[in-house]
Amino acid sequence: MKVLSRIYMFLVFGLLYAPIIVLVLYSFNKAGTFNTYSEFSLYWYAELFRDSVAIDALKNSLILAALSSVIATLIGTLAAYGIHRIRSKTVKTVINSVTNIPMMNPDIVTGVSMMLLFAAASAIPFLKVEMGFGTMLIAHVTFNLPYVILSVLPKFKQMDKHLTEAALDLGCTPARTFLKVELPSIMPGVISGLMLGFTLSLDDFVISHFVSSSDFKTLPLYVYNQTAHEVKFSMYALCALMVFAILLLMILVNFAGSDGKKANVKKHKKTAAAEK
Amino acid sequence: MKKRSFLERAALVPHLVWMILFIVAPLLFVIYFAFTDSGGSFTFSNITGLSNYADIFLISVLFALIATVVCLLIGYPLAFVMSRLKPSAQRVFVLLLMLPMWISLLIRTYSLLAMLDNGGLLNALLEKLGAGPVKIVGTPGAVILGMVYDFLPYMVLPIYTSLSKLDNKYFEAAEDLGCNGPKTLFKVALPLSKSGIISGITMVFVPSISTFYISQKLGGGRFDLIGDTIERQFLYNNARNIGAAISLVMMILILISVAVMNRFGDDDGGELIV
Repeated sequence: MKVLSRIYMFLVFGLLYAPIIVLVLYSFNKAGTFNTYSEFSLYWYAELFRDSVAIDALKNSLILAALSSVIATLIGTLAAYGIHRIRSKTVKTVINSVTNIPMMNPDIVTGVSMMLLFAAASAIPFLKVEMGFGTMLIAHVTFNLPYVILSVLPKFKQMDKHLTEAALDLGCTPARTFLKVELPSIMPGVISGLMLGFTLSLDDFVISHFVSSSDFKTLPLYVYNQTAHEVKFSMYALCALMVFAILLLMILVNFAGSDGKKANVKKHKKTAAAEK
Repeated sequence: MKKRSFLERAALVPHLVWMILFIVAPLLFVIYFAFTDSGGSFTFSNITGLSNYADIFLISVLFALIATVVCLLIGYPLAFVMSRLKPSAQRVFVLLLMLPMWISLLIRTYSLLAMLDNGGLLNALLEKLGAGPVKIVGTPGAVILGMVYDFLPYMVLPIYTSLSKLDNKYFEAAEDLGCNGPKTLFKVALPLSKSGIISGITMVFVPSISTFYISQKLGGGRFDLIGDTIERQFLYNNARNIGAAISLVMMILILISVAVMNRFGDDDGGELIV
């Protein structure tokens, strides 16, 4: 039984990783085909970096991810503070369920709904709404918000409320209490929310697909365009680089995080999304 | 105390404004577009016209269902085996399971395409063996395989999470009381991990039924799923009203099935969590 289960695990993980490993290996194949492995070279990587569109897309992705995750963390942390203090259970449930809509809905529905909103807004003459960086930023903040709130809210619940009361009794204003007492103890949640938002934004393709324009492309949109027609080995190089980056990030997070808690956030988010 | 409640309310304001503007309003627009024609006047024709898309809905539901069942069949034993490992080994395998989740879906699908395509690795190998190229991309199997490959970790993780919380004593007790392996699985493990199974099913079914990249790449453009249809109506056909109607119906279908599943899981799942 034990041997059988080992074989089974090996098999499933093997199949899960085989395509990714193959892709990484062949990204070093100068021949640019699967038929022969001519020589190990960085040819396709050089090709990739000569493509200024790819570099711009990477820059755009990083800017968008940084900005949208910071804005979502600011709004979301304040919101969690507010939600935690709502006394009425109904109000709490309503706010929580509306907040979670972008997490529950298929991405494509979120994408088209925002596209319709922006299309309608562009009909208003003085608003001058055009698809591009602004619309992308709004969309990314929107889908990041529930994840930020989801990581911060439990920290408020875990917090010893006597600490807050003590600070207030000793003469702190509510704002000062928040900054000096509450913020430090919810900080791990804030940071994991920020990181989660950053990666989700970096990763998003479907929603961006519907609210973007040709003059502001992120990396996933660039990959989508490049893979639309033919297979390009420079794309394999790009994919391999992304895999390396994620691997590095995961290793770092695991060594930094005390017990791999941060790495668990994505799992947490996914299960929480389904359990709601 | 009064001052405090002012801050409490002020803290929520940005979020409430954002929610109304960018979550509620967009959904209202979907409903509005679904019930109007291109001129903006009220009509039911978008909804009634959906009967033309019945086969697309049917095939999407079918593909997503098959993918979900296959994920469950492959994923459950994996989650079970993982949850019975040593804690240190468990951590390693959880990480291994999560790594693909962090890699973009585009990249994973594309890497699968690199394996299965006509000039791909599998066919290159087959040709060397003299078996000739086999057409894989463009078959229903390839699309379903893509869904299974992309979403399998989403099935395994929640099931693993609920199984790993279970005390080994449950299984020991079952064996002591005379259960054999399969009986332990069906009578003990399965009912106790129902919440995980339900999360897993939702997390595989929802992205499977709404995907368009997987069907475009691995279906070779031969399969139109709901996602492809919505994408086409919005981005290429400029038929927003029909697209909105399809999105609305898909959203309602998903909401209903998730609600039914959760109800189904709640009936005796409540006390088990404690």
